[in-house]
Amino acid sequence: MAINEQMLKSIIEDVLREMTGATPTAPSAPSASKAAAASGVKLTAIGDAKQGTASDEVIIALAPAFAESQTETITGIPHDKVLKELIAGIEEEGMKARVIKIYRTSDVAFCGHDAAQLSGSGIAIGIQSKGTCLIHQKDLFPLSNLELFSQAPLIDLETYRAIGKNAAKYAKGESPNPVPVKNDQMARPKYQAFAALLHIKETQHVVPGQKPVEQRVDFI
Amino acid sequence: MKSKRFEALAARPVNQDGFVKEWPEVGLIAMNSPGDPVPSLVIKDGIVVELDGKARKDFDMLDLFIANYAIRLEKAEQYMKMDSLEIARMLCDINVGRAEVVDVTTSITPAKITEVLGKMTVLEMMMSMTKMRAREIPSNQCHVTNVKDNMVQIAADAAEAALRGFDEQETTVGIVRYAPFNALAIMVGSNSARPGVLTQCAVEEATELNLGMRGYTAYAETISVYGTEQVFMDGDDTPWSKAFLASCYASRGLKMRFTSGTGSEVQMGYSEGKSMLYLESRCLYVTKGAGVQGTQNGSVSCIGVPAGVPGGIRAVLAENLIGACLDLEVASSNDQTFTHSDLRRVARSLMQMVPGTDFICSGYGAVPNYDNMFAGSNWDAEDFDDWNVIQRDLKIDGGLNPITEEAGVAARAKGARAIQAIFKELGLPEITDKEVEAATYAHGSKDMPDRDVVADLKAAEDMVARGVTGVDFVKALDRAGFSDVAASIFGLLKQRVSGDYLHTSAILTADFKVISAVNYKNRYTGPQTGYVISDERWEQIKNIPAEIDPANY
Repeated sequence: MAINEQMLKSIIEDVLREMTGATPTAPSAPSASKAAAASGVKLTAIGDAKQGTASDEVIIALAPAFAESQTETITGIPHDKVLKELIAGIEEEGMKARVIKIYRTSDVAFCGHDAAQLSGSGIAIGIQSKGTCLIHQKDLFPLSNLELFSQAPLIDLETYRAIGKNAAKYAKGESPNPVPVKNDQMARPKYQAFAALLHIKETQHVVPGQKPVEQRVDFI
Repeated sequence: MKSKRFEALAARPVNQDGFVKEWPEVGLIAMNSPGDPVPSLVIKDGIVVELDGKARKDFDMLDLFIANYAIRLEKAEQYMKMDSLEIARMLCDINVGRAEVVDVTTSITPAKITEVLGKMTVLEMMMSMTKMRAREIPSNQCHVTNVKDNMVQIAADAAEAALRGFDEQETTVGIVRYAPFNALAIMVGSNSARPGVLTQCAVEEATELNLGMRGYTAYAETISVYGTEQVFMDGDDTPWSKAFLASCYASRGLKMRFTSGTGSEVQMGYSEGKSMLYLESRCLYVTKGAGVQGTQNGSVSCIGVPAGVPGGIRAVLAENLIGACLDLEVASSNDQTFTHSDLRRVARSLMQMVPGTDFICSGYGAVPNYDNMFAGSNWDAEDFDDWNVIQRDLKIDGGLNPITEEAGVAARAKGARAIQAIFKELGLPEITDKEVEAATYAHGSKDMPDRDVVADLKAAEDMVARGVTGVDFVKALDRAGFSDVAASIFGLLKQRVSGDYLHTSAILTADFKVISAVNYKNRYTGPQTGYVISDERWEQIKNIPAEIDPANY
């Protein structure tokens, strides 16, 4: 819990600073290590995300703060590693990953659904900075999905890779066995208040009406 | 030196919970935020021109909906002038009847009722809930799910839960495409043990309506409303679209209620700096304005947020009570895991369990917590005996009753066999005798063999595609020799034609009589009035299998 309390403190201070312009009373220790984690991947905006035509692509749609103002999931997994595993999972199945950033919403369902509309295969993965993610398909209702991983604290790197693989399999027209859903009833008491803070922080980067932006991804 | 006392305390379960200081600017405050509006109401020519400090031209869509549909205007100006403390006193005064209070509380604004509740202690709120609950007789609802989406286990667990006293049962899915099977299994399983149990399947709203229209479910409650415009818009919704959805259910004769709860707007990142209770109050007015008969509220899946701030559990009781004050059926949550501490989870539930609500839990996990696909419940199958003993200790009716192992096993076997038979009749993937036996004696999905998930999902999709409806379930059960279960499912379907169970707080007896806030109005006015536990019911509650007979000891 020590790490989480520190993380929490730093988030509160960050948000307070943004809201009030005030400097935090105590500098937070983990911010240096967070910056280091962020250096694992560089995202470069390369214009509006276009309608895909290649049937072998799967889009990964990142919520507004992903790998930018936030750099790790709720359990501290660095975003570069998460992204690497998702991409590796997709490529393992012989498919191509395209990464875009969603700005109009921070809701994971709509991130995934918006991206599925743009995906040449009609399949997309939506992911929030805290790690919550899903696999979406363009002809489903926004709040439906192919597979949903709603408990971010339970998703490890192995699971992210499996999610990438399964998304690619759906894109190939297969019906894969869904990635086993993990369930921990103690995730809520431990993490929900922190999840709310992380989401508030992500939502502060939402730009209403802004179109999805294509990203070049460089792992450093 | 480190204190050994503090070391012991740090190791206690409660210290694994997440706690946060109040932070009103982002809505991390349970009640009485400095950002909450001051109550006001101005009516001109029968139109609300000012609501809670905002002029009509500045209304957001929630204000507009509430002003147009949710407040009874006839005496509103008179009641708005009443001191909030005076209304708070009426709420917990046994000498003031429910109808008199409802006349006031349905005529005031969201900010006003929030202010009223802000003046009450939890004890006063519990007194008030005893009186304000819509249905005279309290009841309980459960969750029946499992991590494998195993329908045989769902049917067996639903049967046992029905025997234990749950009048409503709710399932959901791990994998969305399993929804038709899970809905079928909970309906058949529960009704095989006790006719007239109402069942639902919580999934995405359009799918949920679709399942209801096809007769796979008997009611719905996962129709969410939110307290700020932005959160509504994030869900591509408005109060009007939710009202339209509600009318879709009504048009098919299906019971439904909305759901909302403190903390959801903070959780979604758009609280406008208002308290959780004020925003929940707006949700309840939207529910009322949409003409919906009830609400599932009490923070529900956001419980970790209010529970993390000071006074949060008080706010949760307050929001349940606002629902009752608006004359709504209240399914009062107590459903989601929110703490590592057994002490905290009991303290939280006594707020609703002692006064009794329309559904004390919504729901109680009738499976081991690892199988609860609503991310865990505050109560689960391993707590059945604790719940029963608390009822017996306090002489309160929490809706459940003890059962014997023999009866439990027999009910599970019948539920599992019924789903096996209906699967065979409908040409669905085989359910083996081995699976039936496993489900009969299982505690959870760890005791169940794996199924061919891909084959199941294809069959579930195909079943819906070929237009199988509730009527086909009735016919299949009857052909397979389960004519009593067939009659029970048929009884549920007939409710949609008669519509009696659309009244507020309706549940069904085993012979399909409706018990609702219309024919069983809450008439509590102090000791020995309202709902009093009958001798027969007390016998049922007090005779737990663990007690010994002193005469034979």
